[in-house]
Amino acid sequence: MGHVTASDDPAAPDPATADPAAPALTPGFRGRTRTSGVALPPGQYEVTDFPVLSAGPTPNVDERTWQLDVRTEDGSAFSWSWADLMALPQEDALVDLHCVTRWSKFGTRWRGVSLDTLLADVPSSAQYALVGCYGGYTTNLPVADLLGGKAWVAHTYDGRPLDPLHGGPARLLVPHLYLWKSAKWVRSITLLDDEQRGFWERYGYHDYGDPWREQRYQGD
Amino acid sequence: MAPTDAPEGRAAPARLGDRFATTHGWRVATVVDAWPETATARTLVLDVPGWPGHRAGQHVDLRLTSDDGYTASRAYSVSAPTDPAQPHRVQVTVQRVTGGEVSPYLVDDLPVGAGIEVRGPVGGWFVWEPGAADGAPVMLLAGGSGVTPLVAMVRARRAAGDRTPFRVLYSVRMPTDAMFVHELPGTGLDGVDAGLWFTRAAPPDAARPVGRIGLRDLAHHGWPAELAPVCYVCGPTSFVEAMSRMLLVLGHDMRMIRAERFGPSTD
Repeated sequence: MGHVTASDDPAAPDPATADPAAPALTPGFRGRTRTSGVALPPGQYEVTDFPVLSAGPTPNVDERTWQLDVRTEDGSAFSWSWADLMALPQEDALVDLHCVTRWSKFGTRWRGVSLDTLLADVPSSAQYALVGCYGGYTTNLPVADLLGGKAWVAHTYDGRPLDPLHGGPARLLVPHLYLWKSAKWVRSITLLDDEQRGFWERYGYHDYGDPWREQRYQGD
Repeated sequence: MAPTDAPEGRAAPARLGDRFATTHGWRVATVVDAWPETATARTLVLDVPGWPGHRAGQHVDLRLTSDDGYTASRAYSVSAPTDPAQPHRVQVTVQRVTGGEVSPYLVDDLPVGAGIEVRGPVGGWFVWEPGAADGAPVMLLAGGSGVTPLVAMVRARRAAGDRTPFRVLYSVRMPTDAMFVHELPGTGLDGVDAGLWFTRAAPPDAARPVGRIGLRDLAHHGWPAELAPVCYVCGPTSFVEAMSRMLLVLGHDMRMIRAERFGPSTD
């Protein structure tokens, strides 16, 4: 539902150096009208503001002490500081957001590091991830949904550093799932052979949370 | 990447980067040929510079770009395996979904000569190639346009001169919806034995009355569970669910049933 420009991805076609003889891309394709309501998942309505929903108080996280830890199913550990994160190739993502509380926000602009980049050299055959946050929030999702150009650690929203209310300094961004999977104040990713439920999931929210299949609650 | 459903004797884990390594970058392809399969389905042949090749059952992501820079991506199964004589060619067959954003354009409007971005190939579980599963017999259950990755498997078998026995059960609403029928003969003369089921309207010479594939059809036309066939099921979710349940009732091992769900939700 959104698109991604991988500005530092050498495999991505670069318009500036594109072969002038290259064929015109999909001439005449218009797509859906990008106005109210057209691409809404079932049961959602469009908002133009950016509602804030959190399970608790907003944690105050200092970039100087921020770190992101990844632990594999074998116990191997990897860690990134803020400087490490900023040194990685950055991507811009233009995506739609869908919150389980039924609002959707179209065309949000983010900048961050693809999980493909972050996790590329992590040895693991785990199928599940449990994401942990400053403040203690957790959420679970399949590793496959973190890879393949579908998820980022985002630190910039609409051209500005991400507001702590929205998860700053950095949050997970997994826009193809309901927004509670896009954990604010991301702190750790634990890779697991067996699925472990996170905060909302233990309260009956869906383990996967596909907005287009309206997977709001366990059993949906 | 190999399927990871066999935890015993697990090999050393690969880099996570390898799991999707070939799918990360978009390549600009050119549409070099196109033809209709039915009134609502069209096959596109893409020339993709640098294409690494693909296997029957895999899919590719296609990305469309409008004049104002808006993009939409969708996944489509390849309908033919890589041809070694033309290794950069990718063939997909697209079913038009009414009201869809992408498929009506691909079926009705995308001209030959146009560019389109391609990413892939994707998928490693819903795949068949000669020699797969130690040559176990193969059962293909297709619902509607779900026949697409399955006909790729039939074509891979033929292209390789492989002798693996195939049985195909193909369900469509009406005769005009059936694709690739000339490649799915009703007899097993060359080892591919296919049957067609019509759920809404059947031609006068149909082998059986109008109706869905039932337990008796599956028992009679499919391979018995004792032969331990690999079963590939592809179609709308309701079709996949119904077929999988029947296969289990007939005693097929759950691990031998590979499913792929097709439907308007992927448009």
